[in-house]
Amino acid sequence: MTHLVGIDVGGTFTDVFALDTATGIAKVTKTPTTRPDQSGGFLTGLDAVADVASVTALVHGTTAGTNALLERKGARIGVITTDGFRDVLEMRRRDRPATWGLRGTFQPVADRADRLEVRERTLADGTIRREVDLRQVQGAAKLLANAGCQALAILFINAHANHRNEAAAGAAAREIWPNEHVCASHEIIPEIREFERFSTTALNATLQPEIGHYLSRLEDALASRAFGGSFMIVQSSGGIMTAETARRQPVRTALSGPAAGVIAAARIAEAAGYPSVITGDVGGTSFDVSLVADGQTVLAAQSSVAFGFVIRTPMVEITTIGAGGGSIAKVDKGGLLTIGPESAGSDPGPVAYGKGNDRPTVTDANIALGRIDPDRPIGGGALDVAAAQAAIAEHVGKPLGLSDEAAADAILKVADAAMAGAIRLVSVERGYDPKKFSYMPFGGGGALNACALIRDVGLARAIVPRYPGITSAMGCVLADMRQDEVQTLNASLDTLDETLVAEVIESHTLKGKAALGDISAFANVSVAVTFDMAYAGQTHTVAVALPDAKAPTIATIRSAFEHTYKAAYGQTLSIPIRVLNVRTAVIGERPKFDLGTLAPPADASLDAAARPARQVFMAGEWRESAIYDRLAMPAGASVSGPAILEQPDTTILIEPGATATIDLLGNVIITLDAP
Amino acid sequence: MSTLDPVTLAVLAGRMEQIADEMDATLFRSAFNPIIAEAHDASHGLYHATTGETLVQGRSGLPIFVGVMAFAVKAIIDKMATEDDTADGDIYVFNDAHIGGTHLSDMRLVRPFYYGGQLFCHLASVGHWHDVGGAVAGNYNPTATEAFQEAVIIPPVRLARAGVLNQDIVDILVRNSRLPTSAFGDLNGQLAALDLGVRRLTELLDEYGADTVSEALTALSDRAEALMRAEVAALPDGTFEATDYLDNDGIVDEPIPIKAAITIAADRLTLDFTGTSAQVAGPVNIAEPTAVACCYVAMKHLFPDLPANAGVMRPVDVVLPPKSLLSAEFPAPTCGYTETILRMIDVMFSAFAKAAPQKAVANAYGTINALSIAGHKDDGQRFVMFSFFGGGHGASATGDGLNHGNAPISTATIPPLEILEAAYPVAFRQWALREDSGGAGVHSGGLGAVYDIELLAGSASVSLFGERGRHAPKGIAGGGEGAKNIFMFEQDGTWHEPPMTSKATGISLKRGERVRLKTPGGGGYGAQS
Repeated sequence: MTHLVGIDVGGTFTDVFALDTATGIAKVTKTPTTRPDQSGGFLTGLDAVADVASVTALVHGTTAGTNALLERKGARIGVITTDGFRDVLEMRRRDRPATWGLRGTFQPVADRADRLEVRERTLADGTIRREVDLRQVQGAAKLLANAGCQALAILFINAHANHRNEAAAGAAAREIWPNEHVCASHEIIPEIREFERFSTTALNATLQPEIGHYLSRLEDALASRAFGGSFMIVQSSGGIMTAETARRQPVRTALSGPAAGVIAAARIAEAAGYPSVITGDVGGTSFDVSLVADGQTVLAAQSSVAFGFVIRTPMVEITTIGAGGGSIAKVDKGGLLTIGPESAGSDPGPVAYGKGNDRPTVTDANIALGRIDPDRPIGGGALDVAAAQAAIAEHVGKPLGLSDEAAADAILKVADAAMAGAIRLVSVERGYDPKKFSYMPFGGGGALNACALIRDVGLARAIVPRYPGITSAMGCVLADMRQDEVQTLNASLDTLDETLVAEVIESHTLKGKAALGDISAFANVSVAVTFDMAYAGQTHTVAVALPDAKAPTIATIRSAFEHTYKAAYGQTLSIPIRVLNVRTAVIGERPKFDLGTLAPPADASLDAAARPARQVFMAGEWRESAIYDRLAMPAGASVSGPAILEQPDTTILIEPGATATIDLLGNVIITLDAP
Repeated sequence: MSTLDPVTLAVLAGRMEQIADEMDATLFRSAFNPIIAEAHDASHGLYHATTGETLVQGRSGLPIFVGVMAFAVKAIIDKMATEDDTADGDIYVFNDAHIGGTHLSDMRLVRPFYYGGQLFCHLASVGHWHDVGGAVAGNYNPTATEAFQEAVIIPPVRLARAGVLNQDIVDILVRNSRLPTSAFGDLNGQLAALDLGVRRLTELLDEYGADTVSEALTALSDRAEALMRAEVAALPDGTFEATDYLDNDGIVDEPIPIKAAITIAADRLTLDFTGTSAQVAGPVNIAEPTAVACCYVAMKHLFPDLPANAGVMRPVDVVLPPKSLLSAEFPAPTCGYTETILRMIDVMFSAFAKAAPQKAVANAYGTINALSIAGHKDDGQRFVMFSFFGGGHGASATGDGLNHGNAPISTATIPPLEILEAAYPVAFRQWALREDSGGAGVHSGGLGAVYDIELLAGSASVSLFGERGRHAPKGIAGGGEGAKNIFMFEQDGTWHEPPMTSKATGISLKRGERVRLKTPGGGGYGAQS
């Protein structure tokens, strides 16, 4: 018996998905996340689903890196940088935390006293203007190590154009640095834009000791359980990497868990026959949306973990708005009903949880309207419906002159509208036609308003996966290996050195393949090349994809750019074109498992799945609604709204005028009946 | 309050804001010049059909445009009243600062929006072009005494008639720029943003109906007014004054007073600038629309939760002495308007701090330091490096001021120095925080910066438009002053400071020579014991 296991450690729960590769039977479990050391929950969850010795591949999505940055618990780092530039990390790009108010400060990842300068300089064209003094570098490194810095970042201006000085400094520092935590900026991202490169490198350095220890604890524990498989980590790009790569480049784990969720959603939707999908994750304080077009996730070039903490590595593009289940509804002094961004989160949580919050949340509105079974909430316990209703009446009903039901309904409609706005932002506003997309809610709260969102935005249908609460863990098992490389070229397309480009791609490909490890483990290895390009004078680039381009010519690059630019802006211009960066992704496709193994059991029946009906407020009135145990519903079953499908980790609301069908893979497909 | 149901109102508020946001994003992505693409020196919104009042404005646009655009739209409404062939699909363009506020670099496009054959509202786009002709590349001409020396002046004219672009106007605009490609690209981006606004607004009106949307717009203005009244009512009644100075106007080296008296009476606020200097010769004058918009920016910073809606200003009276620095008349030069409105904000903050120190913020660095280095690269190609620089933010009751922030009137980020070095023949020798530049106090002001730039080409000409060389940013509630602005340049081995301190033009540099800018820190909060 062998198992593939995915483990996603989130803020509240650690989710585990284990697939028995012989029988195809999946086991899932949810266990509380342990803090500060997440390895406790990890191992509890793992032990619950499989004999560790039987696990051939274990893939981990983690928030350890993100949390360390947000809570500022990374290692103390030292910085050695070019003379004149010690403050780049602190000066950022001259932004501010909020447009209005002029308040707020910024604490950089390295204190000023831990940022030392050395005499050296490379110019923008790669010319070494001043050779680096390696004795001075070693002197600085000694000072920093003696001061107590646990990791070192070497940040030289224009190191993307020529890394000779920075590489020499890195080698010299490594000779005397007491541990392996030395990062030079050209090794992390050899890309123009000093603040972004320095920030990414410094954040990587601060994470190395922390993530290194965390991974070692896990590996030791796994070894003591006779683990003999491969241990891998999810990156924010949605690809996975070896634990060894994660140790060197922990900054790539920043959005690990959410990215895995999107990867799983993409695969589940594709298997269901709908490769274009918009995912929605309703959390306690936020709603995260991501778009997958024809099976392809959209990658953003960079993201900020917090103000001034910029990470420039490919990340699954996830748009977040401050409207989740715990978001507080209020009527402002101007008489407008608003939802969030203030949130009761999961602690104290909604009023109905009885943990001290008395201001109504989105979840309270769902509870007040009978949409969530008060005796069977996620996470167990019982809910105080009357308290939720009273809070809604007090804070929303009274000021707006609305009945209890109308007030709760108004809260949900305004929250739905905000979420619909987020979906429009990633779809309509990017030129995608929502009619061609399905909506896939995951996480605990997302399936309550799926009908409302597909109606508001005009999406084709909703797909609720069989285990929406553990989608990210499942994504860990489904994701491919991926290694991204970048190099700044900053050249005119007309005079682009084709040989140089081919060499860069070749070198990236070799590096990427080496990072993937055992190539024979993959069903296929592919290389995707992208150029960041713009018309001369523009500062925003467009990403021009040239799949499988080993040695692209100027002509093919030009034609691909013009095609991409026209698709984005509707026209091309007769202006010289520039090539800023070349990016290479080496992708090792892992063998796919059959999602059909998640299908409902063959002996399931709709009658057996039925639970007693109850009154639920939908479409403007209280209605007698059919209730079903979702996991017990058979493939092919179809129910019309008003109905509610319940399962331990989510509640699916089917409004009047909508129909839910269970497909062969166990997904619930929701469509709106033709008007 | 309106009869509109609260759900529809809340939903429409979000949908309309999203339209303006999307117009912003369209221009940011497609603009050719970094002042728009990176610094977001642009704005879009929806404006009232007959008054031009701001109805909805994008969240990511430049703060100062929130408010000033109402005057630009009103200018077009007045122009339309004189024309008998207006039609759906018309687009107006102009940059005249005396009519539309700010300065001539800001190109304004206004598109009257029709629905069902009726004028419903106006859509507008404004963006800071890289170069609009005039005596100095980049249009910050510190020695201008008339608008004619600053840039080519475009009065409100029709760029498109009934949907057909007037190529003659495009040709005039493009030919008058030193950077014609950039001008053409930005114009296209602004047209694309307006097109998108028309499509999105039409869809919204199709969905909800014109009457419902109109009603929502009215209700949102009323709400903005109610919110502002509630904020003002919470303040103590009384009159609170402050005076500060601009260094000079670039022509005559004399301090220029700006005085504000804030009177709070129940839920109304009067901002009276009587006592401010008369109109001056040099380009630090501003036109009345700019001054009113600046008051709005100051209020938004003091009450950050207020919506971007003209209703906010209904309980506010702005008193500007006639033909003053803050209500200058054509053709007074205005290219340095940023310095004057930054000082207006400073005096409003200082006066407000006397009323409610907890709610106030000390002065930020107070100058954008528009630096232009122009010449020819070794291959003969012309270059103009034009940038604004950062400084320290003011401290407040809640904490220290931010080090190296952007100006309160802007959300502009600074380009990475590697991008500047790759594009222009310069090498930065230093790009650092300026030590001890923040004002002392219980909370310290944020630090300014030091930028030291060496020329790598044969020769170049340097201009600077800055301020705070003689009068430092003020602290509040007993907090100390930030450091003053210092600009130096190197010629033949010796360092010089310009006679007007932070304003200079035509400084010639040779290969290897440098300029150095030390920007002010912010003021401190609270007296240090």
